[in-house]
Amino acid sequence: MNFDFSDDQKQLRDQARKFLAEKCSPKAVRVVLDGKAPYDKELWKGLAEMGFLGVAIPEEFGGAGAGHLELCVIAEEMGRANAPVPFSSTVYLAAEALLIAGSDAQKKKWLPAIASGEAIGTLALFEGKGNPSPKNVKLTAANGALNGVKKPVADGAIADFAVVAARTGSSGRDSDISLFLVDLKAAGTEVKSLTNLDPTRGQAEITFKDCKAEPLGGAGEGWSILTEVLDRAAVLCAFEQVGGADRALEMGRDYALDRIAFGRQIGSFQAIKHMLADMYVSATLARSNSYYGAWALSTNAAELPEAAAAARISATQAFQHCAKNNIQVHGGMGFTWEFDCHMYYRRANAMALGLGSLTYWEDQLIDRMRKKNAA
Amino acid sequence: MNFDDTPQEAAFRETARKWIAANAPREFEQELSKSSLGRIRLAKHDMVEVGKTWQKKKFEDNWACLHWPRDYGGRGATPIERVIWQQEEGVYGKLTQPFQIGEGMCGPTVMAWGSEDAKRRYLPKLASGEEIWCQLFSEPSAGSDVAGLRTRAEKQGDNWIVNGQKIWTSGAHYSDYGLLIARTDPNVPKHKGLTMFFLEMKSPGVEVRPIKQANGMQEFNEVYFTDVVIPDSQRLGAVGEGWSVSLTTLMNERMSIGARLATGVPEMFEFCSNLMLEDGLAIDDPAVRSKLASWAVKSSGLKYTSYRAISALSKGERPGPENSIGKLVSGMMLQDIATYAMDLQGAAGVLTGSDEETVQGQFQQMLLSSPSMRIAGGTDEILRNIIAERVLGLPGDIRVDKDVPYNKIPTKGR
Repeated sequence: MNFDFSDDQKQLRDQARKFLAEKCSPKAVRVVLDGKAPYDKELWKGLAEMGFLGVAIPEEFGGAGAGHLELCVIAEEMGRANAPVPFSSTVYLAAEALLIAGSDAQKKKWLPAIASGEAIGTLALFEGKGNPSPKNVKLTAANGALNGVKKPVADGAIADFAVVAARTGSSGRDSDISLFLVDLKAAGTEVKSLTNLDPTRGQAEITFKDCKAEPLGGAGEGWSILTEVLDRAAVLCAFEQVGGADRALEMGRDYALDRIAFGRQIGSFQAIKHMLADMYVSATLARSNSYYGAWALSTNAAELPEAAAAARISATQAFQHCAKNNIQVHGGMGFTWEFDCHMYYRRANAMALGLGSLTYWEDQLIDRMRKKNAA
Repeated sequence: MNFDDTPQEAAFRETARKWIAANAPREFEQELSKSSLGRIRLAKHDMVEVGKTWQKKKFEDNWACLHWPRDYGGRGATPIERVIWQQEEGVYGKLTQPFQIGEGMCGPTVMAWGSEDAKRRYLPKLASGEEIWCQLFSEPSAGSDVAGLRTRAEKQGDNWIVNGQKIWTSGAHYSDYGLLIARTDPNVPKHKGLTMFFLEMKSPGVEVRPIKQANGMQEFNEVYFTDVVIPDSQRLGAVGEGWSVSLTTLMNERMSIGARLATGVPEMFEFCSNLMLEDGLAIDDPAVRSKLASWAVKSSGLKYTSYRAISALSKGERPGPENSIGKLVSGMMLQDIATYAMDLQGAAGVLTGSDEETVQGQFQQMLLSSPSMRIAGGTDEILRNIIAERVLGLPGDIRVDKDVPYNKIPTKGR
């Protein structure tokens, strides 16, 4: 059994960690947090130069042609550094949708631009409250033109193109939904930035008015493509969450060692030790579930739907748990803007919703486990 | 990343599988496959006798205690081979329950601290199951704080005279030997006045009494010592060095790697898939699904955590500290699952009888037994301390009894 990343992949992780420690310090993250820039452009350029944006994109489309395991180790480091860049929208959602369903021409147009950092992409799925479901897609597509409103769209205000879920039928079946590619720089879209929980990752509302769009994948195949995109993204996001959870745990541990109260290190009190031990437990469970998700993703295994849901749930719970208790360990200082704790708290809770809520994924997991048991 | 064996591992697995297919006591397979918490019982046979027969058979073909050196009754196998064996032994592994304390704790202690003569005399018979060992550490007033134990051993010529009481001793009533830690000097701080011995359980003055547990069962014992004589030749380690010796024992506690801890999740999933509530199947209820999903990912998280440890062993590396979370997670989960399964049964959940409505009372049994899972082998609180101190590097507790002579430490709270 070799249920671990290879030495090369671990080396890539070290390389990414070193790069991000240098280029993505908490101080750099704060420039975006404080609203002085919509995202860290320098970092984005650097990630492209390192080959991280195209790590899972085949060489023929301008990527490094490595694979999803390599992308997982980079994702973990992006989460650990709380990187203020549109990585998940562009790389996990837009690029994966293109890889799954794009025509050769579409891949040739967008994938090299993603790998080189020239194009930012996103997925426009949600329309207000609600989880991923064909029922919640109201935006229409007819005669190659889209009409409707999407929100929230992650990184929508800085994206160059979007994969848009649209209604092309009214039978009440999944086949009512089709996907479209939209160049957001062209006419027919109106983009409005929205304030949100985690200012280091923007959210937007995009209004489509007779907007020209080209189909991505076959008509009526939208929902099945989306399901696969979301499963892949669930695994990749889980690695970001695992990275964030580990960092929050480390911050709490370090503070418990430094801070003196009642004449001793607060880390010597069992109330604090046990809180940190429980954080370690949830981070470890999340890591192990995410490894299984990585295996399923990288081998395109039939187990991916179940593995992705398990990784998603476990990593969401762990990041929320660690980020929340990291503030608690810090006490009053943890509730200041100046300390970094709230950046992870914001990111953890924003990520918990981005691909659909925890409840949604719990529901998915049970469906998928039943399907497997029935088979 | 893959789940495949290396060629050597695959060859070893094949050899083990063939031997088990040819030799395992198949007549017990079905009975052993039924999930169970705690002690294994066989309807018509004595579990210890069946276990001894299986152990003997394994020993004769070098499949017993396989990570031990051949000279002492083992096979000289690598850690990963031991895991593969456990996987292949499967349900028959449950038959080894009477020998686990001996193999996992007493044997390694004798191996580390015993004389060559003692090792050759005792270890092969322990490996073959001919002689069963138990461990005599815990006392009524020394549980998590085991170094606070009171059982006294006093030197008289070439012998030691032992008086006191031990508790929570699994298998004391069928054991031939016991590993005993006792206080030999009460005038020094508690960790410094201990000494380790082993003794024949049939010695005069040893009395074993079963304990009736909170769940109504009897799985453990109290052991009383009244002027029991132990020859000095049965001392392990120097006088006053008992604490260091005991650490060898505790460090060797049966590796949970490869051995699956019961979590209650498969039973709960099946139960919810079949239970009809007012509005339909329980598993279609959003509240049920949410809880079930949270438990399922804990259970899969434990499984894949053990896979990570197995992978490390396979590469010849030491597994990381991740495996320390197993009992902490599964113990709490069993209790929570049992409580919720009964909640779903409504008023009938109170019934412990074996009717169909309450699925033969399995969750009621789980509820009553689960507190022990959170206490035995390290309480949840001790395990959290271990994770906090050994994994996260947090400071140890401030110990008010650290440099105080044992006989000056208060013994009552109020």
